[in-house]
Amino acid sequence: MGEMNRRQALRAGGLFTAFVAAGLLPAGWARAAWNKAAFEGKSIQEALGALGATAPGDSDAVQIIASDIAENGAVVPVQIVSRVPGTTQIVLFVEKNPNVLAGVFDVGPDIVADVTTRIKMMQTSNVVAVVKADGKFLAATKEIKVTLGGCGG
Amino acid sequence: MANPMRIRAASKDGITEVRILMNHEMETGQRRDASGALVPAWFIQDVSAKLNDQIVMTSQWGPSIAKNPYFAFKIKGGKTGDTVSVTWVDNRGDTRTDTVKVT
Repeated sequence: MGEMNRRQALRAGGLFTAFVAAGLLPAGWARAAWNKAAFEGKSIQEALGALGATAPGDSDAVQIIASDIAENGAVVPVQIVSRVPGTTQIVLFVEKNPNVLAGVFDVGPDIVADVTTRIKMMQTSNVVAVVKADGKFLAATKEIKVTLGGCGG
Repeated sequence: MANPMRIRAASKDGITEVRILMNHEMETGQRRDASGALVPAWFIQDVSAKLNDQIVMTSQWGPSIAKNPYFAFKIKGGKTGDTVSVTWVDNRGDTRTDTVKVT
């Protein structure tokens, strides 16, 4: 079997199956992973339920690194770091946005549990990071005050 | 075709840090235009990255990610000369892939 074929076979079979088995990718992963119910959730509880998560406990090993005050709610830098062993997923919520779920970041075996992005915040709100590790869910919460709303994008 | 991303991938001490700036409106679907009509949602939903030929990162996004998204993550491994390619797909099915060499 040629190198290309081997890789294709690995990608199509082994790697994919391994990811699914490890719970890193939902079954049927191929642009279908986007969880509509979760992203349309109006509360963190509702969105977590749609993601199949149980109520998370707070953990110091999950850290949200962001300013206390955002002058522009349209662009709020947020970094999430998990030092929880076996972290497989980082989920980011903005409690008072119309749809609370901002993003789901899969932490595969090749990725450090440390992601940075910029979010929109309509108003002052708690930002909540929920980490999935060994089937358990752990959370960190940080309030960010918004002095100028960001819903306009 | 959507505008290109700006990607930096830098390897240090066995970790490759990838920083991406994407060009996208990330319209929430909540905003109204001057005439009062709701502007339809238009945002990136899936972002994934490969190191050389292997998928190393997948993520799903909602419209709360800011316009012209910035995204940074760290790959275990990677060295100078490797390639990192990033792909996004939005809710209209538009997609874009850009590739850089690791420095």
